[in-house]
Amino acid sequence: MSTTATATAAPETQPTRIRERSDVHRQIRLVVTFAIATALCIFFALAVDDPNVRYILGERVTKEFQPKDLNGSWVAWLAVAVSAVALVLAAVNRFPRGAAGVVLGVLVGLMFYLGFLMWVYADQGEGFTAAITNPIPGTIRIATPLVLGALAGVLCERAGVINIAIEGQFLAGAFFAAIAASLAFQPYTGLLGGILAGVGIAALLGVFALRYQVNQVVLGVVLVALASGLTSFLLGQIPGDPDVKQYFNEPPTLPQLRIPGLADIPVVGAALFDQTVLVYLMYLSVALVTFLLYQTRWGLRVRSVGEHPKAADTVGIKVNRTRWQAVLLGGVFAGLGGAYYTVGSTGAFDRDVSAGTGFIALAAVIMGRWHPLGATAAAVFFGFMLNLQTQISFVDKLPSELLGAVPYLATIIAVAGFVGRVRPPAADGEPYVKS
Amino acid sequence: MKLEMRGLTRRFGSFTANDHIDLTIEPGEIHCLLGENGAGKSTLMNMLYGLLEPTEGEILVDGEPADFDTPGDAIAAGIGMVHQHFMLVPVFTVAENVMLGREQTRGLGILDRGKAAELVRELSTRYKLAVDPTALVENLPVGVQQRVEIIKALANEAKVLILDEPTAVLTPQEIDELMDIMRALKKQGTSIVFITHKLREVKAVGDKITVIRRGKVVGTASPDAPEAELAEMMVGRAVNLTVGKEPPKVGKPVLEVNGVTVVDDRGTTVVRDVSFDARGGEVLGIAGVQGNGQTELIKSLLGIIRPDAGKVLLEGQDISRHGPKDSLEAGIGYIPEDRAHDGYVSSFSVRENLVLDLYRRNDFSRGAALKLDAIEKNAKARIEEFDIRTENMNSSLASLSGGNQQKVVVAREFSRPLKVLIASQPTRGVDVGSIEFIHKRIIEERDRGTAVIIVSTELDEIYALSDRIAVMYDGRIVGTVTPDIPREQIGLLMAGAHDGHETQAHETQGGAA
Repeated sequence: MSTTATATAAPETQPTRIRERSDVHRQIRLVVTFAIATALCIFFALAVDDPNVRYILGERVTKEFQPKDLNGSWVAWLAVAVSAVALVLAAVNRFPRGAAGVVLGVLVGLMFYLGFLMWVYADQGEGFTAAITNPIPGTIRIATPLVLGALAGVLCERAGVINIAIEGQFLAGAFFAAIAASLAFQPYTGLLGGILAGVGIAALLGVFALRYQVNQVVLGVVLVALASGLTSFLLGQIPGDPDVKQYFNEPPTLPQLRIPGLADIPVVGAALFDQTVLVYLMYLSVALVTFLLYQTRWGLRVRSVGEHPKAADTVGIKVNRTRWQAVLLGGVFAGLGGAYYTVGSTGAFDRDVSAGTGFIALAAVIMGRWHPLGATAAAVFFGFMLNLQTQISFVDKLPSELLGAVPYLATIIAVAGFVGRVRPPAADGEPYVKS
Repeated sequence: MKLEMRGLTRRFGSFTANDHIDLTIEPGEIHCLLGENGAGKSTLMNMLYGLLEPTEGEILVDGEPADFDTPGDAIAAGIGMVHQHFMLVPVFTVAENVMLGREQTRGLGILDRGKAAELVRELSTRYKLAVDPTALVENLPVGVQQRVEIIKALANEAKVLILDEPTAVLTPQEIDELMDIMRALKKQGTSIVFITHKLREVKAVGDKITVIRRGKVVGTASPDAPEAELAEMMVGRAVNLTVGKEPPKVGKPVLEVNGVTVVDDRGTTVVRDVSFDARGGEVLGIAGVQGNGQTELIKSLLGIIRPDAGKVLLEGQDISRHGPKDSLEAGIGYIPEDRAHDGYVSSFSVRENLVLDLYRRNDFSRGAALKLDAIEKNAKARIEEFDIRTENMNSSLASLSGGNQQKVVVAREFSRPLKVLIASQPTRGVDVGSIEFIHKRIIEERDRGTAVIIVSTELDEIYALSDRIAVMYDGRIVGTVTPDIPREQIGLLMAGAHDGHETQAHETQGGAA
């Protein structure tokens, strides 16, 4: 029966079935990613000699949070199992798509992280042993300015203005937040100072990018250099005399505000809801920017001038005015992000206190596909990686020079493995000139 | 609404694009503005729409002088415009595009997408413009995008609708649909200014015709004037509308295509198992509605995309793994369908564009150095031979009219010995005078013994040039016919009504996959 069927089918011009190219690419990408993950996980599991690892659910040892023991070997082999399952699914091209795929991907990432931690924290030998701590509080703190900066970037670029100057907005925001808070002996005025400084840099960006149509990439780099030089110079002008200095660069820092109820949720509660007002403002900003861009008239117009300014012009929308609004509003968020580095954390301003995080925020904009929620997720991921780097620097497993590269390495893998090709707003960085 | 233009003039530096134009659009008429590319039709309409400021002259709405500083003013006065290049945001939905600029809100500036979609639905039923308000514009075919543009104008309560070269991007079927829409709009009292250079269309729907040449109104005509007369007014001299050609001297097959299949990036099979021969001394026309795989088929013949299955043989040699450079050097001439994208570099000069795929030859370079003298001599000769209207050979291609840009591409491809000439939409967006010229050159190339493949969505062009016609539908060649069969029959093939056997085979294949 079957032989006759094939015999008759053969002479027919049966076109060969061809697999979709994008499907092949996806499979290759997933197989490579999971193969690397599985190989590393196996290495982690095999490298553990003394499986005893200690962990704390809180950020540090307190009466409430005491170190507990854990069998690291067991966790590491579980990580191997999970990534191997993902690898097999990818190899037979049965890795789920959509939400299920995201969940599984995140699960593999999480297990990889745990496997890695087991390797790092195991075999610490005699004497003092560092314990694994809850990464969420640190992640949220580091991510706060990143998220705010990324929102500024999203707003600008959605309107068609490339904003590389987020780092400059951070520096100016940080400096003037410190000054404003010191002068008023009041951390909240610091936020206002930060906002004004962020808007100030945004205004410079607007003048040169929109009015004089300077190349926006060059302009952004110049603005960062300007902000860095200017804040360093002004810092140098503050007298060292402690009586005078306290009025300029000894700002009070923002107090932690505990939200009753929510803060009592185990593991995540204190991390998310026992924070400064700046962190709560960050949560609100994410919701606000998302709402503004996608649910309001203003947002529709902003996105239209970033995608097809001429189309916007032909229906009577003022292209440059709309771009100005988006750039200035972005300055508010970036300035707030800058304020984190002084009044939101350590207090006094120091040279280049934001240490290049403005560029990481820019990377979050792109990795988040120019969407406020995507950019937030990316910024939180970067915050997590930066926090991890600090945490594991207490254990002598990896050379610290190599450790510094880990967040960026992880970023490249994440982008290549999962994000794929991204499409910026069509008119991003293109000045609009009426013909 | 009555719209009048009096003495409207626009100068760009020393160049006068519009010279004292007088035009009156009466309520409820379809007024055709006929003129070649670069005659100044679009400039005139941009002034009317507030996109350009007139140097002189005035615009009157119902007898009252009007001043349109921005498109917003023109829209408020009841003027709507469908631009030649659509003014739609591709990543927005239909409803979002329609509402943009005059958004429906729930107060506080919060968008009311439901209300916007309702308006689109209402307009689309009232004017029979079928479109889904929630679809993303970038996923819509051009014909539907144009409907969105019309709905956009109607949503602004336009009383005068300007259609700027609306048929340039449409397939024959879509053109017929557009004509129906125009008639329906007219019936409901909307006046239409129809800008075009296609005589057939003018005659089909126009009430009044104004002809513009080199920025001036050269006359008016009624739609029942003979085509030859209209063409002469438009071009300024007598034009030969048919291509004179001898019967072909068909030679051996030069290009053999066997079972070529192409799958695009999205995973759709766009070319399915296509086989044909192109024979020396013969023009093979590939007809079909835009988007039925012609673009991908041609690109795969040339090696711009690699076929996923099948073979392409040039004189018996397999070239299906060649890249475009090897294919061109093997003797294929290529006139691409999107000349601005694939045909020339717009910021380069005419001189440079004329050697864009020839500079590697010993005639034009020695090692890493270009032979500038030879390139200049070549440019001089080609400009002369192909009558390329340019200020000089160092003008950028961007400064040339569409027809002359195309002549540059044609001149370049014809300046090396060819075995096969592949011309995709060789006269799209090209004025009547240049069409005549390009057609003549293509036939000359055929008579030299070259195998010629013409891809066109314009049946007129297919009929004028082809010795044999292959019709493509849904990625396959559904029939190969001779040009003496009636238009209706080809139209049926183009619409997918072909013999049952192939349809069935296609369905079983789909079921198995």
